[in-house]
Amino acid sequence: MIDCKLNIRLGHFILDADFSIPDKGITVVFGPSGSGKTSLLRAIAGLERSDSGFLKIGNSIWQDGENFVPPHQRSVGYVFQDASLFDHLNVQGNLDYGVKRSSSTEKDFIDSIINLLDIKPLLDRTTVQLSGGEKQRVAIARALAVKPHILLMDEPLSALDLKRKQEILPYLDSLHDELDIPLIYVTHSPDEASRLADHLVLLEEGRVVGSGAINKMLTRFDLPISHGADATSLIEAKVVGHDDQFNLMYLSFSGGQFTVTDRELPLESKVRLRISARDVSLTQEQQIDTSILNIFSAIVDEIVPEGRSQVMVRLKIKDVTMLSCITRKSAELLELNPGKKVYAQIKSVALLS
Amino acid sequence: MLNEFDISALIVTLKLASVSTIILLLIGTPIAWWLSQTRFKFKVVFEAIIALPLVLPPTVLGFYLLITLGPNGPVGGMLESLGGVSIAFTFTGLVVGSVIYSMPFVVQPLQNSFSGIGRRPMEVAATLCASPLDRFFTVAVPLARSGFITAAVLGFAHTVGEFGVVLMIGGNIPGETGVLSIAIYDHVEAMEYGQAHWLSGGLLILSFIMLLFVYLLNRRFSIMRSGD
Repeated sequence: MIDCKLNIRLGHFILDADFSIPDKGITVVFGPSGSGKTSLLRAIAGLERSDSGFLKIGNSIWQDGENFVPPHQRSVGYVFQDASLFDHLNVQGNLDYGVKRSSSTEKDFIDSIINLLDIKPLLDRTTVQLSGGEKQRVAIARALAVKPHILLMDEPLSALDLKRKQEILPYLDSLHDELDIPLIYVTHSPDEASRLADHLVLLEEGRVVGSGAINKMLTRFDLPISHGADATSLIEAKVVGHDDQFNLMYLSFSGGQFTVTDRELPLESKVRLRISARDVSLTQEQQIDTSILNIFSAIVDEIVPEGRSQVMVRLKIKDVTMLSCITRKSAELLELNPGKKVYAQIKSVALLS
Repeated sequence: MLNEFDISALIVTLKLASVSTIILLLIGTPIAWWLSQTRFKFKVVFEAIIALPLVLPPTVLGFYLLITLGPNGPVGGMLESLGGVSIAFTFTGLVVGSVIYSMPFVVQPLQNSFSGIGRRPMEVAATLCASPLDRFFTVAVPLARSGFITAAVLGFAHTVGEFGVVLMIGGNIPGETGVLSIAIYDHVEAMEYGQAHWLSGGLLILSFIMLLFVYLLNRRFSIMRSGD
Protein backbone atom coordinates (compact mmCIF):
# COMPACT_ATOMS: atom_id res chain seq x y z
CA MET A 1 0.00 0.00 0.00
CA ILE A 2 0.92 3.63 -0.39
CA ASP A 3 -0.09 5.64 2.66
CA CYS A 4 -0.06 9.37 2.33
CA LYS A 5 -0.99 11.91 4.94
CA LEU A 6 0.56 15.22 4.00
CA ASN A 7 -0.10 18.72 5.14
CA ILE A 8 1.47 21.58 3.20
CA ARG A 9 0.97 25.30 3.35
CA LEU A 10 1.88 27.18 0.16
CA GLY A 11 1.08 30.86 0.63
CA HIS A 12 -2.66 30.96 1.24
CA PHE A 13 -3.22 27.50 -0.17
CA ILE A 14 -3.38 24.55 2.18
CA LEU A 15 -3.01 21.03 0.89
CA ASP A 16 -4.34 18.45 3.29
CA ALA A 17 -4.11 15.10 1.56
CA ASP A 18 -4.93 11.92 3.39
CA PHE A 19 -5.39 8.73 1.40
CA SER A 20 -4.21 5.18 0.84
CA ILE A 21 -3.86 3.61 -2.58
CA PRO A 22 -2.74 0.20 -3.83
CA ASP A 23 0.95 -0.10 -4.71
CA LYS A 24 0.30 -1.35 -8.21
CA GLY A 25 -1.55 -0.07 -11.24
CA ILE A 26 -2.28 3.50 -12.22
CA THR A 27 -3.75 5.89 -9.71
CA VAL A 28 -5.08 9.04 -11.29
CA VAL A 29 -5.18 12.14 -9.14
CA PHE A 30 -8.02 14.08 -10.65
CA GLY A 31 -9.28 17.57 -9.92
CA PRO A 32 -9.73 21.04 -11.36
CA SER A 33 -6.82 23.47 -11.82
CA GLY A 34 -5.67 24.86 -8.50
CA SER A 35 -6.92 21.88 -6.52
CA GLY A 36 -3.38 21.04 -5.42
CA LYS A 37 -2.68 18.06 -7.67
CA THR A 38 0.81 19.16 -8.65
CA SER A 39 1.69 20.17 -5.08
CA LEU A 40 0.64 16.73 -3.90
CA LEU A 41 2.84 15.03 -6.49
CA ARG A 42 5.78 17.32 -5.62
CA ALA A 43 5.31 16.52 -1.95
CA ILE A 44 5.40 12.79 -2.68
CA ALA A 45 8.68 13.30 -4.56
CA GLY A 46 10.03 15.40 -1.68
CA LEU A 47 10.32 18.53 -3.83
CA GLU A 48 7.84 20.30 -1.58
CA ARG A 49 8.44 20.05 2.11
CA SER A 50 5.37 19.50 4.21
CA ASP A 51 5.02 20.89 7.71
CA SER A 52 3.87 17.58 9.04
CA GLY A 53 2.99 14.32 7.51
CA PHE A 54 3.49 10.67 6.90
CA LEU A 55 4.39 9.00 3.64
CA LYS A 56 5.01 5.33 3.12
CA ILE A 57 5.63 3.68 -0.25
CA GLY A 58 5.51 -0.08 0.10
CA ASN A 59 7.98 -0.85 2.86
CA SER A 60 9.92 2.38 2.90
CA ILE A 61 8.88 5.37 4.96
CA TRP A 62 9.82 8.59 3.18
CA GLN A 63 8.46 10.91 5.76
CA ASP A 64 7.19 10.75 9.30
CA GLY A 65 7.23 12.93 12.38
CA GLU A 66 11.04 13.05 12.66
CA ASN A 67 12.41 12.08 9.28
CA PHE A 68 12.27 13.62 5.85
CA VAL A 69 14.02 11.66 3.12
CA PRO A 70 15.41 14.20 0.61
CA PRO A 71 14.25 13.79 -3.01
CA HIS A 72 17.53 12.36 -4.33
CA GLN A 73 17.31 9.51 -1.81
CA ARG A 74 13.73 8.62 -2.73
CA SER A 75 13.36 5.92 -5.33
CA VAL A 76 11.02 7.94 -7.48
CA GLY A 77 10.63 8.60 -11.19
CA TYR A 78 9.11 11.99 -11.96
CA VAL A 79 7.79 13.14 -15.33
CA PHE A 80 7.14 16.87 -15.38
CA GLN A 81 4.47 18.67 -17.36
CA ASP A 82 7.02 19.98 -19.85
CA ALA A 83 9.57 17.28 -20.51
CA SER A 84 12.35 19.28 -18.78
CA LEU A 85 15.16 17.45 -20.53
CA PHE A 86 18.69 18.65 -19.79
CA ASP A 87 19.62 20.86 -22.74
CA HIS A 88 23.34 20.41 -22.14
CA LEU A 89 23.10 16.67 -22.73
CA ASN A 90 21.86 14.68 -25.71
CA VAL A 91 19.12 12.07 -25.41
CA GLN A 92 21.55 9.31 -24.41
CA GLY A 93 23.15 11.66 -21.88
CA ASN A 94 19.75 12.44 -20.38
CA LEU A 95 19.04 8.73 -19.95
CA ASP A 96 22.49 8.04 -18.51
CA TYR A 97 22.24 10.86 -15.97
CA GLY A 98 19.85 8.93 -13.77
CA VAL A 99 21.22 5.49 -14.59
CA LYS A 100 24.73 6.44 -13.43
CA ARG A 101 23.38 7.54 -10.07
CA SER A 102 20.95 4.73 -9.41
CA SER A 103 21.80 1.35 -7.96
CA SER A 104 20.39 -0.55 -10.91
CA THR A 105 22.29 -0.35 -14.15
CA GLU A 106 21.39 -3.57 -15.91
CA LYS A 107 21.84 -3.06 -19.62
CA ASP A 108 18.88 -5.30 -20.47
CA PHE A 109 16.57 -3.25 -18.33
CA ILE A 110 17.61 0.03 -19.95
CA ASP A 111 17.20 -1.55 -23.38
CA SER A 112 13.70 -2.71 -22.49
CA ILE A 113 12.78 0.85 -21.48
CA ILE A 114 14.26 2.20 -24.72
CA ASN A 115 12.19 -0.31 -26.67
CA LEU A 116 9.04 0.28 -24.66
CA LEU A 117 9.10 3.99 -25.50
CA ASP A 118 10.56 3.46 -28.94
CA ILE A 119 13.37 6.02 -28.58
CA LYS A 120 16.29 4.05 -30.02
CA PRO A 121 16.45 6.24 -33.16
CA LEU A 122 16.55 9.38 -30.99
CA LEU A 123 19.49 8.47 -28.73
CA ASP A 124 22.14 10.51 -30.58
CA ARG A 125 19.99 13.59 -31.05
CA THR A 126 20.27 16.79 -29.07
CA THR A 127 17.18 17.80 -27.12
CA VAL A 128 16.36 20.69 -29.44
CA GLN A 129 16.04 18.27 -32.35
CA LEU A 130 13.06 16.53 -30.74
CA SER A 131 9.36 17.19 -31.17
CA GLY A 132 7.19 17.78 -28.11
CA GLY A 133 5.94 14.19 -28.12
CA GLU A 134 9.44 12.77 -28.53
CA LYS A 135 10.72 14.91 -25.65
CA GLN A 136 8.00 13.57 -23.39
CA ARG A 137 8.81 9.97 -24.37
CA VAL A 138 12.48 10.56 -23.55
CA ALA A 139 11.45 12.13 -20.24
CA ILE A 140 9.35 9.09 -19.37
CA ALA A 141 12.20 6.75 -20.32
CA ARG A 142 14.67 8.81 -18.26
CA ALA A 143 12.39 8.58 -15.22
CA LEU A 144 11.89 4.82 -15.64
CA ALA A 145 15.56 4.06 -16.27
CA VAL A 146 16.49 4.65 -12.62
CA LYS A 147 14.20 1.72 -11.79
CA PRO A 148 12.10 3.69 -9.31
CA HIS A 149 9.72 2.17 -6.80
CA ILE A 150 7.05 4.59 -7.94
CA LEU A 151 6.50 6.65 -11.08
CA LEU A 152 4.91 10.10 -10.78
CA MET A 153 3.54 11.89 -13.83
CA ASP A 154 2.34 15.48 -13.71
CA GLU A 155 -0.06 16.12 -16.62
CA PRO A 156 2.47 14.76 -19.11
CA LEU A 157 0.13 15.39 -22.04
CA SER A 158 -1.18 18.83 -21.21
CA ALA A 159 1.57 20.70 -23.05
CA LEU A 160 0.96 18.71 -26.25
CA ASP A 161 -1.51 19.27 -29.06
CA LEU A 162 -4.16 16.67 -29.85
CA LYS A 163 -2.05 14.90 -32.46
CA ARG A 164 0.92 14.55 -30.10
CA LYS A 165 -1.40 13.36 -27.34
CA GLN A 166 -2.64 10.57 -29.59
CA GLU A 167 1.00 9.75 -30.30
CA ILE A 168 1.87 9.38 -26.60
CA LEU A 169 -1.27 7.66 -25.29
CA PRO A 170 -0.44 4.21 -26.74
CA TYR A 171 2.90 4.37 -24.87
CA LEU A 172 1.05 5.13 -21.64
CA ASP A 173 -1.20 2.15 -22.32
CA SER A 174 1.84 -0.07 -22.68
CA LEU A 175 3.23 1.34 -19.42
CA HIS A 176 -0.05 0.28 -17.88
CA ASP A 177 0.43 -3.27 -19.12
CA GLU A 178 4.19 -3.64 -18.61
CA LEU A 179 4.91 -1.70 -15.45
CA ASP A 180 5.11 -3.56 -12.17
CA ILE A 181 5.49 -0.40 -10.11
CA PRO A 182 2.69 1.94 -9.09
CA LEU A 183 2.12 5.04 -11.18
CA ILE A 184 0.50 8.19 -9.86
CA TYR A 185 -0.81 10.24 -12.76
CA VAL A 186 -2.07 13.78 -12.28
CA THR A 187 -4.57 15.17 -14.77
CA HIS A 188 -7.64 17.34 -15.14
CA SER A 189 -8.71 15.57 -18.32
CA PRO A 190 -11.66 13.16 -17.82
CA ASP A 191 -10.61 11.34 -20.99
CA GLU A 192 -7.12 10.55 -19.73
CA ALA A 193 -8.50 9.58 -16.32
CA SER A 194 -11.07 7.13 -17.70
CA ARG A 195 -8.59 5.65 -20.14
CA LEU A 196 -5.70 5.11 -17.76
CA ALA A 197 -6.93 4.93 -14.18
CA ASP A 198 -7.32 1.78 -12.13
CA HIS A 199 -7.75 3.88 -9.08
CA LEU A 200 -8.91 7.42 -8.64
CA VAL A 201 -8.09 10.07 -6.04
CA LEU A 202 -10.38 13.08 -6.28
CA LEU A 203 -8.89 16.36 -5.12
CA GLU A 204 -10.79 19.57 -4.51
CA GLU A 205 -9.38 22.74 -3.00
CA GLY A 206 -6.50 20.87 -1.47
CA ARG A 207 -8.58 18.11 0.08
CA VAL A 208 -9.13 14.52 -0.94
CA VAL A 209 -12.89 14.17 -1.42
CA GLY A 210 -12.77 10.53 -2.44
CA SER A 211 -10.44 7.68 -3.29
CA GLY A 212 -11.16 4.23 -4.66
CA ALA A 213 -11.32 1.91 -7.65
CA ILE A 214 -12.12 3.92 -10.78
CA ASN A 215 -15.52 2.48 -11.64
CA LYS A 216 -16.66 2.53 -8.05
CA MET A 217 -15.71 6.21 -7.86
CA LEU A 218 -17.44 7.06 -11.15
CA THR A 219 -20.69 5.59 -9.86
CA ARG A 220 -20.60 7.02 -6.34
CA PHE A 221 -23.48 9.47 -6.07
CA ASP A 222 -21.89 11.53 -3.31
CA LEU A 223 -19.14 12.61 -5.73
CA PRO A 224 -19.59 15.30 -8.40
CA ILE A 225 -18.09 13.12 -11.16
CA SER A 226 -21.17 10.83 -11.12
CA HIS A 227 -23.39 13.73 -12.14
CA GLY A 228 -23.86 15.96 -15.16
CA ALA A 229 -23.27 15.37 -18.85
CA ASP A 230 -19.90 13.68 -18.25
CA ALA A 231 -21.30 10.90 -16.04
CA THR A 232 -19.94 7.62 -17.35
CA SER A 233 -19.16 4.11 -16.24
CA LEU A 234 -16.29 1.87 -17.25
CA ILE A 235 -16.29 -1.84 -17.96
CA GLU A 236 -13.23 -4.05 -18.35
CA ALA A 237 -13.73 -6.66 -21.05
CA LYS A 238 -11.74 -8.90 -23.37
CA VAL A 239 -12.07 -9.82 -27.00
CA VAL A 240 -13.64 -13.26 -27.40
CA GLY A 241 -14.63 -13.40 -31.04
CA HIS A 242 -14.99 -11.72 -34.41
CA ASP A 243 -17.91 -11.74 -36.81
CA ASP A 244 -16.48 -11.28 -40.29
CA GLN A 245 -19.87 -11.29 -41.99
CA PHE A 246 -21.04 -8.14 -40.19
CA ASN A 247 -17.62 -6.79 -39.26
CA LEU A 248 -18.31 -7.02 -35.55
CA MET A 249 -16.35 -8.00 -32.47
CA TYR A 250 -17.55 -9.72 -29.29
CA LEU A 251 -16.32 -8.56 -25.91
CA SER A 252 -16.97 -10.54 -22.80
CA PHE A 253 -17.21 -9.08 -19.29
CA SER A 254 -18.38 -10.58 -16.03
CA GLY A 255 -21.99 -9.50 -16.70
CA GLY A 256 -22.33 -10.73 -20.29
CA GLN A 257 -21.13 -10.00 -23.79
CA PHE A 258 -20.94 -6.81 -25.84
CA THR A 259 -21.24 -6.62 -29.60
CA VAL A 260 -19.28 -3.71 -31.07
CA THR A 261 -17.77 -2.64 -34.38
CA ASP A 262 -14.72 -4.75 -35.20
CA ARG A 263 -11.40 -3.06 -34.50
CA GLU A 264 -9.38 -6.10 -35.50
CA LEU A 265 -7.97 -6.63 -32.05
CA PRO A 266 -6.47 -10.05 -31.35
CA LEU A 267 -8.45 -12.55 -29.28
CA GLU A 268 -8.00 -12.28 -25.50
CA SER A 269 -6.80 -8.68 -25.69
CA LYS A 270 -8.12 -6.55 -22.87
CA VAL A 271 -10.22 -3.52 -23.61
CA ARG A 272 -11.85 -0.89 -21.49
CA LEU A 273 -15.33 0.30 -22.43
CA ARG A 274 -16.74 3.67 -21.58
CA ILE A 275 -20.48 4.02 -21.42
CA SER A 276 -22.06 7.42 -21.01
CA ALA A 277 -25.01 7.46 -18.58
CA ARG A 278 -27.09 9.17 -21.28
CA ASP A 279 -26.62 6.26 -23.66
CA VAL A 280 -28.19 3.76 -21.29
CA SER A 281 -32.00 3.43 -21.41
CA LEU A 282 -34.12 1.10 -19.31
CA THR A 283 -37.02 -1.22 -20.14
CA GLN A 284 -39.20 -3.41 -17.97
CA GLU A 285 -39.41 -6.29 -20.47
CA GLN A 286 -36.55 -7.45 -22.67
CA GLN A 287 -37.18 -5.90 -26.06
CA ILE A 288 -36.87 -8.25 -29.02
CA ASP A 289 -37.66 -6.03 -31.97
CA THR A 290 -35.03 -3.34 -31.44
CA SER A 291 -31.93 -2.23 -33.30
CA ILE A 292 -29.95 -2.13 -30.07
CA LEU A 293 -27.62 -5.12 -29.75
CA ASN A 294 -26.32 -4.60 -26.25
CA ILE A 295 -29.06 -5.38 -23.75
CA PHE A 296 -28.32 -6.67 -20.27
CA SER A 297 -30.46 -7.76 -17.39
CA ALA A 298 -29.77 -5.49 -14.42
CA ILE A 299 -30.90 -4.71 -10.89
CA VAL A 300 -31.58 -1.13 -9.80
CA ASP A 301 -29.20 -0.24 -6.99
CA GLU A 302 -29.91 3.41 -6.23
CA ILE A 303 -31.77 6.33 -7.74
CA VAL A 304 -30.98 10.02 -7.17
CA PRO A 305 -32.50 13.12 -8.75
CA GLU A 306 -30.44 14.75 -11.49
CA GLY A 307 -31.57 18.30 -12.07
CA ARG A 308 -35.31 18.96 -12.13
CA SER A 309 -36.47 16.55 -14.79
CA GLN A 310 -34.04 13.66 -14.68
CA VAL A 311 -32.79 10.94 -12.40
CA MET A 312 -29.47 9.10 -12.27
CA VAL A 313 -29.84 5.37 -11.76
CA ARG A 314 -27.06 3.07 -10.62
CA LEU A 315 -27.49 -0.44 -11.97
CA LYS A 316 -25.85 -3.72 -11.07
CA ILE A 317 -25.18 -6.15 -13.87
CA LYS A 318 -23.89 -9.02 -11.74
CA ASP A 319 -20.89 -7.39 -9.99
CA VAL A 320 -20.52 -4.57 -12.53
CA THR A 321 -21.99 -1.15 -11.83
CA MET A 322 -23.30 1.13 -14.54
CA LEU A 323 -25.00 4.52 -14.62
CA SER A 324 -28.15 5.36 -16.51
CA CYS A 325 -29.55 8.84 -16.85
CA ILE A 326 -33.29 8.89 -17.67
CA THR A 327 -36.17 11.30 -17.18
CA ARG A 328 -37.95 11.42 -13.84
CA LYS A 329 -41.18 10.70 -15.69
CA SER A 330 -39.79 7.45 -17.17
CA ALA A 331 -38.56 6.42 -13.76
CA GLU A 332 -42.06 6.86 -12.37
CA LEU A 333 -43.77 5.07 -15.26
CA LEU A 334 -41.36 2.15 -14.84
CA GLU A 335 -41.92 2.25 -11.08
CA LEU A 336 -38.17 2.07 -10.52
CA ASN A 337 -37.10 1.21 -7.01
CA PRO A 338 -33.89 -0.21 -5.58
CA GLY A 339 -33.94 -3.97 -6.10
CA LYS A 340 -36.16 -3.87 -9.17
CA LYS A 341 -35.13 -5.97 -12.14
CA VAL A 342 -34.81 -4.08 -15.45
CA TYR A 343 -33.13 -4.36 -18.84
CA ALA A 344 -30.41 -1.87 -19.70
CA GLN A 345 -30.19 -0.99 -23.40
CA ILE A 346 -26.85 0.48 -24.34
CA LYS A 347 -26.97 2.66 -27.39
CA SER A 348 -23.28 3.29 -27.83
CA VAL A 349 -20.01 2.16 -26.36
CA ALA A 350 -16.61 3.83 -26.60
CA LEU A 351 -13.56 1.61 -26.76
CA LEU A 352 -10.62 3.00 -24.79
CA SER A 353 -7.05 1.82 -25.33
CA MET B 1 59.45 50.20 -28.03
CA LEU B 2 58.83 48.65 -24.62
CA ASN B 3 61.48 49.04 -21.96
CA GLU B 4 62.31 46.64 -19.15
CA PHE B 5 59.80 48.25 -16.78
CA ASP B 6 57.02 47.99 -19.35
CA ILE B 7 57.67 44.27 -19.78
CA SER B 8 57.61 43.69 -16.04
CA ALA B 9 54.42 45.77 -15.78
CA LEU B 10 52.85 43.58 -18.45
CA ILE B 11 53.84 40.42 -16.59
CA VAL B 12 52.60 41.73 -13.23
CA THR B 13 49.31 42.81 -14.82
CA LEU B 14 48.67 39.45 -16.48
CA LYS B 15 49.64 37.60 -13.30
CA LEU B 16 47.40 39.84 -11.20
CA ALA B 17 44.46 39.44 -13.54
CA SER B 18 44.84 35.65 -13.76
CA VAL B 19 45.16 35.13 -10.01
CA SER B 20 42.31 37.54 -9.30
CA THR B 21 40.03 35.88 -11.85
CA ILE B 22 40.60 32.44 -10.36
CA ILE B 23 39.92 33.72 -6.85
CA LEU B 24 36.91 35.71 -8.10
CA LEU B 25 35.38 32.61 -9.67
CA LEU B 26 36.01 30.57 -6.52
CA ILE B 27 34.43 33.17 -4.24
CA GLY B 28 31.91 34.62 -6.67
CA THR B 29 30.29 31.33 -7.71
CA PRO B 30 28.90 30.39 -4.29
CA ILE B 31 27.85 34.00 -3.64
CA ALA B 32 26.07 34.19 -7.02
CA TRP B 33 24.42 30.81 -6.45
CA TRP B 34 23.22 31.83 -3.02
CA LEU B 35 21.84 35.13 -4.35
CA SER B 36 20.05 33.34 -7.18
CA GLN B 37 18.41 30.76 -4.91
CA THR B 38 17.70 32.45 -1.61
CA ARG B 39 14.34 33.81 -0.56
CA PHE B 40 16.09 35.73 2.22
CA LYS B 41 14.31 39.04 2.82
CA PHE B 42 17.45 41.16 2.99
CA LYS B 43 19.26 39.70 -0.02
CA VAL B 44 19.04 43.10 -1.76
CA VAL B 45 21.40 44.46 0.91
CA PHE B 46 24.04 41.93 -0.16
CA GLU B 47 23.37 42.66 -3.82
CA ALA B 48 23.89 46.38 -3.18
CA ILE B 49 27.14 45.78 -1.27
CA ILE B 50 28.53 43.64 -4.10
CA ALA B 51 27.50 46.28 -6.67
CA LEU B 52 29.22 49.11 -4.72
CA PRO B 53 32.49 49.01 -6.73
CA LEU B 54 30.44 49.78 -9.84
CA VAL B 55 29.60 53.25 -8.58
CA LEU B 56 32.30 54.15 -6.05
CA PRO B 57 35.36 56.04 -7.29
CA PRO B 58 38.14 53.42 -7.21
CA THR B 59 40.19 55.80 -5.08
CA VAL B 60 37.58 55.62 -2.32
CA LEU B 61 37.78 51.85 -2.34
CA GLY B 62 41.56 52.01 -2.47
CA PHE B 63 41.64 54.43 0.42
CA TYR B 64 39.57 52.18 2.67
CA LEU B 65 41.61 49.16 1.65
CA LEU B 66 44.78 51.03 2.51
CA ILE B 67 43.38 51.91 5.93
CA THR B 68 42.21 48.35 6.55
CA LEU B 69 45.23 46.50 5.20
CA GLY B 70 47.94 48.89 6.35
CA PRO B 71 50.08 48.10 9.42
CA ASN B 72 47.80 50.18 11.66
CA GLY B 73 44.55 48.91 10.13
CA PRO B 74 42.43 46.16 11.71
CA VAL B 75 43.38 43.46 9.20
CA GLY B 76 46.94 44.60 8.54
CA GLY B 77 47.56 45.03 12.28
CA MET B 78 46.24 41.59 13.04
CA LEU B 79 48.45 40.05 10.35
CA GLU B 80 51.45 41.85 11.78
CA SER B 81 50.73 40.78 15.37
CA LEU B 82 50.47 37.20 14.12
CA GLY B 83 54.08 37.53 12.95
CA GLY B 84 53.22 38.20 9.33
CA VAL B 85 53.77 41.35 7.37
CA SER B 86 51.41 44.02 6.21
CA ILE B 87 50.02 43.26 2.79
CA ALA B 88 49.62 46.87 1.73
CA PHE B 89 52.06 47.68 -1.11
CA THR B 90 52.46 43.99 -1.95
CA PHE B 91 51.20 41.79 -4.76
CA THR B 92 48.88 40.03 -2.27
CA GLY B 93 47.39 43.39 -1.36
CA LEU B 94 46.78 44.11 -5.04
CA VAL B 95 45.00 40.77 -5.42
CA VAL B 96 42.76 41.52 -2.43
CA GLY B 97 41.92 44.93 -3.88
CA SER B 98 41.28 43.57 -7.36
CA VAL B 99 39.03 40.81 -6.09
CA ILE B 100 36.82 43.29 -4.24
CA TYR B 101 36.93 45.79 -7.08
CA SER B 102 35.99 43.29 -9.82
CA MET B 103 33.50 41.26 -7.75
CA PRO B 104 30.31 42.67 -9.34
CA PHE B 105 31.63 41.88 -12.82
CA VAL B 106 31.83 38.22 -11.85
CA VAL B 107 28.88 37.83 -9.50
CA GLN B 108 26.28 39.56 -11.65
CA PRO B 109 26.64 37.52 -14.86
CA LEU B 110 26.82 34.33 -12.80
CA GLN B 111 23.75 35.27 -10.78
CA ASN B 112 21.81 36.08 -13.96
CA SER B 113 22.82 32.75 -15.51
CA PHE B 114 21.89 30.77 -12.41
CA SER B 115 18.53 32.55 -12.15
CA GLY B 116 17.91 31.88 -15.84
CA ILE B 117 18.21 28.13 -15.31
CA GLY B 118 15.20 28.12 -13.01
CA ARG B 119 14.47 25.53 -10.37
CA ARG B 120 13.20 22.85 -12.71
CA PRO B 121 16.46 21.31 -14.02
CA MET B 122 17.73 21.03 -10.45
CA GLU B 123 14.50 19.35 -9.37
CA VAL B 124 14.74 16.94 -12.27
CA ALA B 125 18.30 16.09 -11.23
CA ALA B 126 17.11 15.54 -7.66
CA THR B 127 14.52 13.02 -8.82
CA LEU B 128 17.32 11.32 -10.79
CA CYS B 129 19.20 10.61 -7.54
CA ALA B 130 21.69 13.52 -7.76
CA SER B 131 22.72 15.03 -4.42
CA PRO B 132 22.69 18.84 -4.06
CA LEU B 133 26.44 19.23 -4.70
CA ASP B 134 26.34 16.69 -7.53
CA ARG B 135 23.49 18.50 -9.29
CA PHE B 136 25.21 21.85 -8.86
CA PHE B 137 28.29 20.65 -10.74
CA THR B 138 26.55 18.46 -13.32
CA VAL B 139 23.50 20.60 -14.08
CA ALA B 140 23.79 24.19 -12.84
CA VAL B 141 27.42 24.76 -13.88
CA PRO B 142 27.10 23.36 -17.44
CA LEU B 143 23.80 25.18 -17.99
CA ALA B 144 25.38 28.43 -16.76
CA ARG B 145 28.52 28.05 -18.87
CA SER B 146 27.93 31.27 -20.82
CA GLY B 147 27.67 33.08 -17.48
CA PHE B 148 31.00 31.59 -16.40
CA ILE B 149 32.72 32.67 -19.60
CA THR B 150 31.29 36.18 -19.36
CA ALA B 151 32.23 36.38 -15.68
CA ALA B 152 35.78 35.18 -16.25
CA VAL B 153 36.46 37.49 -19.18
CA LEU B 154 34.88 40.54 -17.57
CA GLY B 155 36.66 39.85 -14.28
CA PHE B 156 39.99 39.47 -16.08
CA ALA B 157 39.55 42.48 -18.35
CA HIS B 158 38.34 44.69 -15.56
CA THR B 159 41.31 43.77 -13.39
CA VAL B 160 43.70 44.53 -16.24
CA GLY B 161 42.11 47.94 -16.59
CA GLU B 162 42.00 49.02 -12.96
CA PHE B 163 43.93 52.09 -11.92
CA GLY B 164 42.63 53.85 -8.84
CA VAL B 165 42.72 50.94 -6.46
CA VAL B 166 46.22 49.82 -7.45
CA LEU B 167 47.45 53.35 -7.24
CA MET B 168 46.24 53.60 -3.64
CA ILE B 169 47.36 50.24 -2.28
CA GLY B 170 49.94 49.10 -4.82
CA GLY B 171 52.62 51.73 -4.65
CA ASN B 172 53.93 51.01 -8.17
CA ILE B 173 56.87 48.84 -7.12
CA PRO B 174 58.44 47.49 -10.37
CA GLY B 175 58.09 43.73 -10.70
CA GLU B 176 55.87 43.55 -7.63
CA THR B 177 52.97 46.01 -7.85
CA GLY B 178 53.75 48.04 -10.95
CA VAL B 179 50.97 47.39 -13.43
CA LEU B 180 50.28 48.50 -17.01
CA SER B 181 47.70 51.17 -16.32
CA ILE B 182 50.10 52.97 -14.00
CA ALA B 183 53.00 52.47 -16.42
CA ILE B 184 50.94 54.27 -19.07
CA TYR B 185 50.24 57.10 -16.65
CA ASP B 186 53.93 57.41 -15.84
CA HIS B 187 54.88 57.49 -19.54
CA VAL B 188 52.37 60.27 -20.19
CA GLU B 189 53.66 62.20 -17.16
CA ALA B 190 57.16 61.87 -18.58
CA MET B 191 55.96 62.95 -22.06
CA GLU B 192 56.96 59.53 -23.51
CA TYR B 193 53.94 59.39 -25.84
CA GLY B 194 55.47 56.72 -28.06
CA GLN B 195 55.58 54.14 -25.29
CA ALA B 196 52.18 55.27 -23.95
CA HIS B 197 50.81 54.58 -27.43
CA TRP B 198 52.24 51.09 -27.53
CA LEU B 199 50.82 50.12 -24.16
CA SER B 200 47.45 51.86 -24.62
CA GLY B 201 46.95 50.44 -28.09
CA GLY B 202 47.87 46.99 -26.84
CA LEU B 203 45.36 47.19 -23.99
CA LEU B 204 42.68 48.51 -26.33
CA ILE B 205 43.10 45.63 -28.76
CA LEU B 206 43.33 43.03 -25.98
CA SER B 207 40.12 44.33 -24.35
CA PHE B 208 38.31 44.41 -27.67
CA ILE B 209 39.31 40.83 -28.51
CA MET B 210 38.20 39.57 -25.10
CA LEU B 211 34.80 41.26 -25.34
CA LEU B 212 34.34 40.05 -28.91
CA PHE B 213 35.04 36.53 -27.68
CA VAL B 214 32.38 36.85 -24.95
CA TYR B 215 29.72 38.15 -27.31
CA LEU B 216 30.49 35.52 -29.95
CA LEU B 217 30.26 32.71 -27.40
CA ASN B 218 27.03 34.03 -25.94
CA ARG B 219 25.57 34.22 -29.41
CA ARG B 220 26.56 30.63 -30.10
CA PHE B 221 24.98 29.43 -26.85
CA SER B 222 21.74 31.29 -27.46
CA ILE B 223 21.55 29.87 -30.97
CA MET B 224 22.19 26.38 -29.63
CA ARG B 225 19.42 26.84 -27.10
CA SER B 226 16.87 28.11 -29.58
CA GLY B 227 17.72 25.17 -31.80
CA ASP B 228 18.30 26.85 -35.16
